[in-house]
Amino acid sequence: MIGIINYGAGNIFSLTAALARLNIAYGMVNNEDELEKYSHMIIPGVGHAGAAMEKLKDTGLIEAIKKLSKPVLGICVGMQLLTEHSEEGDSTLLNIIPVMTKKFDKTLSIKIPHMGWNAIQHTNNSLFKGIENNEQFYFVHSYFIEYNPTFDIASADYGLKFSAAIQKNNFYGVQFHPEKSGKAGELILKNFSNLSL
Amino acid sequence: MLSKRIIPCLDVKDGRTVKGVNFVDLRDAGDPVELAAQYAQQGADELVFLDITATHERRKTMIEMVKSVARQLNIPFTIGGGISEIADAEALLNAGADKISINSAAVRNPKLIEELAKAFGVQFVVLAVDTKYINGKNMVHLNGGRLITELETENWIKQAEDLGAGEILLTSMDHDGTKAGFDCGLLGKINHMINIPIIASGGAGNMEHFTEVFQKANVDAALAASVFHYGEILIPDLKQELKRNHIPVRI
Repeated sequence: MIGIINYGAGNIFSLTAALARLNIAYGMVNNEDELEKYSHMIIPGVGHAGAAMEKLKDTGLIEAIKKLSKPVLGICVGMQLLTEHSEEGDSTLLNIIPVMTKKFDKTLSIKIPHMGWNAIQHTNNSLFKGIENNEQFYFVHSYFIEYNPTFDIASADYGLKFSAAIQKNNFYGVQFHPEKSGKAGELILKNFSNLSL
Repeated sequence: MLSKRIIPCLDVKDGRTVKGVNFVDLRDAGDPVELAAQYAQQGADELVFLDITATHERRKTMIEMVKSVARQLNIPFTIGGGISEIADAEALLNAGADKISINSAAVRNPKLIEELAKAFGVQFVVLAVDTKYINGKNMVHLNGGRLITELETENWIKQAEDLGAGEILLTSMDHDGTKAGFDCGLLGKINHMINIPIIASGGAGNMEHFTEVFQKANVDAALAASVFHYGEILIPDLKQELKRNHIPVRI
């Protein structure tokens, strides 16, 4: 059963709706005790990474999250929280995966936010089981995670190559919104719920 | 590469879709949830729901509809119509809407754009602009083109971008309903001025019009209503046609 870290960073209606459609059981995690109840964790998040980090701090869950050994999936800003630092508000983040979150550069003649469907190239990680290379996912973000081959499990191009998904040990993150990415996105959620470590 | 988006627009009144829809396998063409799911299955990249209800009960009915859509739909969707304050937007966000589009309320109170962007992020705020060419100028109109404002379209859009609009939905009232093609000239001009995505609307009549608006104006997305609802253009065919013309699409 999936526990969703409930820290008030954005709306999770679409995420819970997607899990319900897929018959994946889920519940909300509000405190440390509730972390124990679930086999898998999702850290959702939209909006400002720095503000999200502050809200996560307020839950008092940070140290417990860092110690987790069960599969954890950060989505969008939830993924960025796993990184070391974001240029958004010059924010220090969880530093579970030692990569940087940076702002898209408009001098690359791209529009910001990066909004819409973009293709990914993945590295055959279990999270992408059954997903073809160049499958498209729905992205909405103005900040991106730098490409680092050590932690990258899927990349995308928007002005430059960036990480669409990262992984270190039991921690996973996806920049796109699986709950809004059609059937391919649903498969990502399904694969995550089936991960065993 | 980022795909160009195809967006069907659905008019909603009292929680039901209006305008004739003739998909053969639809049991209830007035059911926004079923219709939305059908479009998603056909390969629509996103949907826009425009609430054209005028009653006081509107908001409650609309919220219920948005929730039902969000439960079923696995692609993003935008809700527009009658949003004039933060509370309206927040209720829609919490019901599962990905974006809201604002139009006349933003003209009356431009600060609304800024407040919404601050509260929910720029990605949540679509500014819808209805424009008409009058005496050599592009002028912003309200009430479906019936009411002219003092705003010039180019200036208003630039101002909205600065205030925090995350996307522009530009409808040419001169082209809307003509089925003679999008207003590529104006769309291209506006697109050049701004650094946020722009959705072309008004004038789609055939598949070539979509190719044309992506090639000539390089817009990020194209929106249409009747050509999709009446089955005159099927989205899978349209995507294939765009792909043949080397326009990046999601298939």
